[in-house]
Amino acid sequence: MNLLKGRSARAAAGFAAAAVVLFAVAPLMLSDFRLGLLAKYLCTAMVAVGICLAWGRGGLLTLGQGVFFGLGGYAMAMHLKIADAGPGNLPDFMQLYGTATELPWWWQPFANPLFAIAATVLLPMTVAALLGLFIFRRRVKGAYFAILSQALAAAFAIWLIGQQATTGGTNGLTDIQGFFGYSLDDPVNQRMVYFVIAAVLLLLIALARQLIQSRYGELLVAVRDSEERVRFLGYDPANVKLVAYVVAAGMAGLAGALFVPAVGIISPALIGIVPSIEFVIGAAVGGRASLAGAVLGAVAVAWAKTTLSEEFPAAWTYFQGLLFIVALAFLPGGLASLAVYVRRRGAPKAPEQKAPVVPVGEAA
Amino acid sequence: MSSVPSIHRRRLLAGTAALAAVVALSACGAKTDAAGSSDKAAKIDSSGDTVKVGLLNSLSGTMAISEVTVRNSLQLAIAEINAKGGVLGKKIKPISEDGASDWPTFAEKATKLIKEDGVAATFGCWTSASRKAVKPVFEKNKSLLFYPVQYEGLEESPYIFYTGATTNQQIIPALDYLKSQGKKKLYLVGSDYVFPRTANKEIKAYAKANGMTILGEDYAPLGSTEFSTIANKVKASKADAVFNTLNGDSNVAFFKEYKSAGLSAATMPVVSVSIAEEEVKSIGTQYLEGQLTAWNYYQTTPGAANTTFVKAYKAKYGADKPTSDPMEAAYTSVYLWKAMVEKAKSFDPEKVKAASDGITFDAPEGLVTVDGASQHIYKTARIGKVGSDGLIEQVWDSGKPIKPDPFLKGYPWAAGLS
Amino acid sequence: MTVILGQTFTGISIGAVLLLIALGLSLTFGQMNVINMAHGEFIMAGAYTTYVLQKSISSAGMSLLLALPIAFLVSGALGALLEWVLIRRLYLRPLDTLLVTWGVSLMLQQLARDIFGAPNVQTRAPDWLTGNITVIGGDDPLTFANSRLFILSLAVAAVVALSLTLRLTPLGRRVRAVVQNRDLAEVSGISTSRVDRTAFFIGSGLAGVAGVALTLVGPIGPTMGTNIIIDAFLVIVVGGIGQLKGTVIVAFVLGALQSVLEYSTTVSVAKVLVLVAIVAFLQWRPQGLYTLRTRSLV
Repeated sequence: MNLLKGRSARAAAGFAAAAVVLFAVAPLMLSDFRLGLLAKYLCTAMVAVGICLAWGRGGLLTLGQGVFFGLGGYAMAMHLKIADAGPGNLPDFMQLYGTATELPWWWQPFANPLFAIAATVLLPMTVAALLGLFIFRRRVKGAYFAILSQALAAAFAIWLIGQQATTGGTNGLTDIQGFFGYSLDDPVNQRMVYFVIAAVLLLLIALARQLIQSRYGELLVAVRDSEERVRFLGYDPANVKLVAYVVAAGMAGLAGALFVPAVGIISPALIGIVPSIEFVIGAAVGGRASLAGAVLGAVAVAWAKTTLSEEFPAAWTYFQGLLFIVALAFLPGGLASLAVYVRRRGAPKAPEQKAPVVPVGEAA
Repeated sequence: MSSVPSIHRRRLLAGTAALAAVVALSACGAKTDAAGSSDKAAKIDSSGDTVKVGLLNSLSGTMAISEVTVRNSLQLAIAEINAKGGVLGKKIKPISEDGASDWPTFAEKATKLIKEDGVAATFGCWTSASRKAVKPVFEKNKSLLFYPVQYEGLEESPYIFYTGATTNQQIIPALDYLKSQGKKKLYLVGSDYVFPRTANKEIKAYAKANGMTILGEDYAPLGSTEFSTIANKVKASKADAVFNTLNGDSNVAFFKEYKSAGLSAATMPVVSVSIAEEEVKSIGTQYLEGQLTAWNYYQTTPGAANTTFVKAYKAKYGADKPTSDPMEAAYTSVYLWKAMVEKAKSFDPEKVKAASDGITFDAPEGLVTVDGASQHIYKTARIGKVGSDGLIEQVWDSGKPIKPDPFLKGYPWAAGLS
Repeated sequence: MTVILGQTFTGISIGAVLLLIALGLSLTFGQMNVINMAHGEFIMAGAYTTYVLQKSISSAGMSLLLALPIAFLVSGALGALLEWVLIRRLYLRPLDTLLVTWGVSLMLQQLARDIFGAPNVQTRAPDWLTGNITVIGGDDPLTFANSRLFILSLAVAAVVALSLTLRLTPLGRRVRAVVQNRDLAEVSGISTSRVDRTAFFIGSGLAGVAGVALTLVGPIGPTMGTNIIIDAFLVIVVGGIGQLKGTVIVAFVLGALQSVLEYSTTVSVAKVLVLVAIVAFLQWRPQGLYTLRTRSLV
């Protein structure tokens, strides 16, 4: 019991430290441009929170998070484009490339801000629930699930590109000017977007931790480690997985929605196979089973990508590839396992416990 | 549900408090209508004896196959200018960034070049999608982009100079040429993105007004390399000619399939608008010989300026490296910027823009003139034929540089397009 | 009529390409359960091998035929090296393998860019492979492309060779034993690590052969592998892991489906529909068309 209390206290301290860094240190230390980049990284960290839950805890390698990120992003961007155009007008790209003289029916509800905001979370969750219902009932898992997710991501991206008149095609939705009445041109408002993103990230982390600590969280880990046993105990593993999958999708959707005002663009380039893998890589490098690890890993990998490509524009992919290889092949628990290792070395008296920090996970 | 409720409640409280703080902060934000007066022009770093410019091209990802050559040619122009003393007495210092074939990355790197590096101008972008992604960045920060690739028109950004062809300098002359050759039935093949879809919309309008028929229209996803069905469809259509707006890798697969299907330049010529010398080299003359291209420049274009350019490029990058239209437009764009800056006697984008009208440069493609109103340039249209040596020989040209008309205002049939 | 026959042949030829690129995976992914994202780059290595050979041997036909065995060795060696350095550490973590090999694929692409330059390169196809044969003459002729027939026969030959190797040779028996029950194979005195490496060598080598064939129909460049790799994985997943016949059937079925849909709709729509069809199929048969019934595979 003492141990549990210690862990919670440490988590609370970490949480407080993160809040201080995000709300005080970063805005003071970073230029507007770098703060904007940090906002972008924090969006990938939100996706990583969901991945930590679904993959780290539930053993589902969600290689299709780009789809949910995109659904959230497009839902938000569609509303902002309609708002930018003003009542009665078509968004700029429809005037250029479209044939329609009025908004397509499936765009119209997004004119309502409340509908759009709800859709950024509920749309991905609904899609995930429908998919998951079929996939998990049929016990598709492991490598199959991974490849299937990738196929879906590819299909969604190709479909979006093909519908140029109504989705902007490869261009995506660009040049987003305002965010619920606030001009994104203004650095003050950009800062505000950053604060919103940071706050939402912290909320999501708190929510995920709540889930992980709950009885459901225990069950999820049990499903990951031995699905059959859980089934014999009378639980339906499909439902357990479904919840994690749907929650992760909602988080990815929210991340996509907030990415739009932070970066000003959403496009199929953020949805396909490559970005979906990149979302997962961040969590994996940091440590998929640990919330802090996944979040810090996502931020670190995104930051490394920016820095390396700025320093070595012609050779940075070598370093990126090497980073993935070294981190994943030689540190299976991610960077978080290093921390655990150091902590154990520091306190040799602690009882040797077989905590599942390093998941072999994802029973094939 | 939870085993230790008190702590969670506290954490939730903290979260709510944070959110409340954000809402409070957001109240201080400026509403759309209140903003705008503040001058957000980017600061240009021309301290010391150098001035920085940005080079923004994809060095990794699928577009690297094309964009790396543009980078090479930009660097050649910069090296030449620096060897002759630079611009306004300052040496040009290029800052390279990798757009990584990913549009949001282009936007990120453009912002970095403007805000962190303080570049005086940026050269680059290839796909329309990357240009659309960076357009708001340059407009917001009042910084200049020189875009060196032919594109679909229908755009005039006050902070972009377009040194490649717009549609009335490439696609419409190509259609005129086909019409003059008696080709009345066309088949359209393109990659699935903005340029081909918009270009084909214009081609269809042109065809309607000029008594030509479009027998079919097919799009393949970018990067797609399976063209047997499209080749079958084209063959079955018995068209007079094919208008090809495919981009990148797809061209290789398309022409290999085209030949396999028994189609050739003699029976059904293909006019391509994205195949330059570099692409000919990667597809091979056995598949391309005799096929037509529409550009404003070929390596074989006569003139002393081109001889010098080709020689300098080969000396720097290798004798087997060809020069092409986008490379030439990129090379030219650096010199045009230099001339504008020297006329304005300043690196300030507003002054450079003001000085741009009427700037001329004896480019490898011939004399080009900047049209200050549209910020496009006057270019000569040239139709070429792929020869057995892998070079493209000109078979027709427009005689004089054509005035850029990105919105096709001078063409009655194009009235309903934009 | 000509159109239907022509599209049927197109379907078969798309299927042949799919089969060829998926065949190596049927060994490394299908038999060994390793998701190797760098497989596409082994295909690329095969294509560049053809390019390099053609630079030194001027005869297009000779260099193409010579490239087949040499590309097998080059890509096979790359695969064996990858197995030895990285993958053998990851056998218990198939999904980590996916991410690690993706890192490898990034590096190999950049390597190709640095060695051969960023633009695509060309190889010259021998004249006897660029033409076509006329099956039905007349006004609306039906023709089959020689290059496609060559790829089809190459795919068939590769399938026959692989299945004979797996069935008849001692090596094949060892591979099957390890796949079906690793522990039992180990206690029976089979060096599982050596079998793994050999199987990986063959699987990657087949990717090299596919790369040589692809030079006849597609581009040769640093990113050529990324475009096709997912299609190849889908063939294996739908066909059923560990089953060669599933791979063969599914490759041709998907090829036919693609060709029919492309003809009646557009390429983009066809691609989306095929992917959706695959997802629907896996709802119905989550283990793929054929499943290997063993006690060890759960």
